[in-house]
Amino acid sequence: MKVVTNRHIEEIKAIVKTGRVLIDESDRFSYSFDGSFGTYLPDIVIQTKNVDELVSLVKLANRERIPIYPRGQATSLSGGPLPVKGGMVLDLSVMNDLLEIHEEDLIAIVSPGVLTAEIHRAAEQKGLMYPPDPSSSHVSTIGGNLAENSGGPRGLKYGVTKDSVIGLEIITPEGEIIKTGGKTVKNVTGYDLTKLIVGSEGTLGIITKAVLRLIPKPQATGTIMAIFDSLVDAGSAISKILSSGIFPSKMELMDQASLVAVEKFEPLGLPTDAAALILIELDGHPLSLREEMEQAAALCRTVGAREVRIPKDKAEEAELWKARKLVSPAIVRIKPTKISEDATVPRSKIPEMCERLLKIRDKYGIHLVVFGHAGDGNLHPNIICDKTDQEEMLRVEQAVAEIFTAAVELGGTLSGEHGIGTMKAPFMEMELGVVGLDMMKRIKKVWDPNNIMNPGKIFPEPGQKLELS
Amino acid sequence: MTVSLKDLREELQYDKTKNCVQCGYCLPVCPTYATFGKETHSPRGRINLVKMVGEGKITDLSILEEPLNLCLGCRACETACPTGVEYGSILEAARAAIVKRKRFSFPARLLRKAMLNKVVPSKKWMNVTGHSIWLYKKSGLQKLARTSGIVEKVPYNLGTFESVIPTPVSPIERSQAPTEVKAKHKVKYTVAFFTGCIMDSMFHRINQLSIKLLSEAGCNVVVVPKQTCCGALQAHAGEMDEARHLAKQNILAFEQINADFIVNNAGGCGAQLYEYGHLLSNDKVWAERAANFSAKSRDISQILVACGGLPDMQPRHGERVTYQRSCHMTNVQKVTQEPLELLKSIPGIHFIEMNQADMCCGSAGIYNIVNYDASMQILDEKMKHTKATNAAVIITTNPGCLIQMKLGIEREELSHSMRALHLVEYLAEASGIS
Repeated sequence: MKVVTNRHIEEIKAIVKTGRVLIDESDRFSYSFDGSFGTYLPDIVIQTKNVDELVSLVKLANRERIPIYPRGQATSLSGGPLPVKGGMVLDLSVMNDLLEIHEEDLIAIVSPGVLTAEIHRAAEQKGLMYPPDPSSSHVSTIGGNLAENSGGPRGLKYGVTKDSVIGLEIITPEGEIIKTGGKTVKNVTGYDLTKLIVGSEGTLGIITKAVLRLIPKPQATGTIMAIFDSLVDAGSAISKILSSGIFPSKMELMDQASLVAVEKFEPLGLPTDAAALILIELDGHPLSLREEMEQAAALCRTVGAREVRIPKDKAEEAELWKARKLVSPAIVRIKPTKISEDATVPRSKIPEMCERLLKIRDKYGIHLVVFGHAGDGNLHPNIICDKTDQEEMLRVEQAVAEIFTAAVELGGTLSGEHGIGTMKAPFMEMELGVVGLDMMKRIKKVWDPNNIMNPGKIFPEPGQKLELS
Repeated sequence: MTVSLKDLREELQYDKTKNCVQCGYCLPVCPTYATFGKETHSPRGRINLVKMVGEGKITDLSILEEPLNLCLGCRACETACPTGVEYGSILEAARAAIVKRKRFSFPARLLRKAMLNKVVPSKKWMNVTGHSIWLYKKSGLQKLARTSGIVEKVPYNLGTFESVIPTPVSPIERSQAPTEVKAKHKVKYTVAFFTGCIMDSMFHRINQLSIKLLSEAGCNVVVVPKQTCCGALQAHAGEMDEARHLAKQNILAFEQINADFIVNNAGGCGAQLYEYGHLLSNDKVWAERAANFSAKSRDISQILVACGGLPDMQPRHGERVTYQRSCHMTNVQKVTQEPLELLKSIPGIHFIEMNQADMCCGSAGIYNIVNYDASMQILDEKMKHTKATNAAVIITTNPGCLIQMKLGIEREELSHSMRALHLVEYLAEASGIS
């Protein structure tokens, strides 16, 4: 049943004077998916960069109870932009005109459709850095990053998206424009609505502008690769380094399954007989960097690293990071479906989480690959399966549930950087508790009394379960 | 037409769509997504539409028609794809499925069949085309057509192309074209030259220059008789049977000569020749022969580099040159370095890479004829970057790109300061060959 009627379409067309209104089936199907699971057909797709038009659309939707789904370039891995209840998709990737770097204030002001990599480029031209670096930055929009509170390898040292946002302009679900935060790093006026909106996955409003915090670009970086005969030892090395006073900018883990997959995909001379390797990147002043590199290498050896390699030059260094980048594409060559989890644990629990993951792998007989931003406890256990194999998918569902349970039991969280979306909603109560989840629902109710903004996300429907088959 | 979902999946190569993880890495490199700004015109969007048919969610294939027709087939998405989705195969299969079900109007059907199956693959008909254009340009007809305004009234905007098509060689000169040329200096390779259909009729001069350059660089060149059109236009239009038929004819013709390489000078044709092995992989009789053919197929730039380049090139005195890549050469044949190497070997040249150099120019076979408006939008994007280089020469390596860039120069009214040339023409110019 369509929730958008012909009468609505006429009204929408009258509102959208500068953009496009798409109702053909080919267009609607093209906005029915993201980087996660499931296809949900929207009734209508609208592209406009005019904020006044967006405001009118939201008012119409609120009056007529039409669901609204803001969408960037839909690289989301948690189902954030999926139009699960039909209605209106707003394609905000077209709002890509504003990208200002204010050097003296160390901020960037951007519109939501700007690609995150463009912000990186613009900041670097001025010797600055926008710290969050999601792996999809060359194709994901900043609006999507803000909505999902994206992370990236540098999250270890520089945090996730919310740590770099100081101000927003948003359209509320009732069609009003408000500003939160501002252009100052110090800003303690009232409730921190900026942090509330970032990561609210489009359920509290539509972000139309953002003020981002920039930092000076570190002068130098260096990389270390440490090879281990045990995944748990690799985990210990990570905790040891972090408690030693060195603060790496990245710390990435690849287990044996990912090493083998990458080597098969593109031979780079990786040690496929090793149980795991970690890649560590340090940044800072060249002099302190040199000392810290030596210290970190020595620490890896004491914890039992079989070998520690320091690349000779930048080209060799790039090769090492290439190996890490190839894990995702390489593992889907094994089987077509990839369930990419981002359950995260406190850093001290990394070795224990590694052990639990291996047990889950064996218990359910699944193909589990562990890699990711281990330095911040964000381990990315990936399950490689075939979604057309129903029996296998049932086992995968159970394994995923158990991975979440393990993470939460170890004091961690369901999501380090991908967001909750549709995929993890059923597990929210497990992490937050009944009252914790209810407080969030109450906030949602106040902001969006008619439940039109991205309904069906974050909060589980009664009886909702993880379904992959 | 009722077919089971299982058969439809096979027909559409549905299994190949499953490798798409919808990561969107193809979006920034797709010229139609960048130009038209809709997911419907992105590789990920198109693959999803095919997937939806395979899953029974879309039952009317005509929904796919426009999104697939507006794809240039440049395959930049394949180069960008981290999971190795075979987009080209998915596109080809889907187009063939649509063509099979589509009821073209009688004149359209006649024109399609006549052009793709009779004219383009036929040496005789392509000669007639070449001769007609020659006659048109030489006889005063062109002048008459222009002053009478009739060029603006011909269908498919063909009038626009009229001004940028080069004057072909005369029928007499064409009939005297040599079939064998010896290497000028020490012999390095014996190569069989692939003439192509459009190249042979409209760009006959570039073919002749190619043969001279190959001989100059140290190749014995043989122009194999009975060769025909490569079949690329047919394959892209979804006429797979005709494409296979032409491939077999070419394999047969070139098997007569035991050359070291089969050399072509057109990126699009080269890609098709490079893929014969893939095209006939399910044919027991032809699979191996097709694979052998493809293994020998090379772009002329590869052979010239393999021969050690061209001797005695004259300095260009700081001429500003840029290079518009052929998509099929880049994304299918993966030939990217050799043309640059040859260009940079010309003394005194000032080479400037344009922004987004890998983006398609919008020519794409007959795309600029059948999707004229879309093609011009893509071209206008391309010309922004081309103009910014301030180059005096734009080098191309495919006849379609060459015509398109000439058109771009006309549209921007830059013909007084900028010219478009095939790499072969420019190398010949630098080598003093005419």
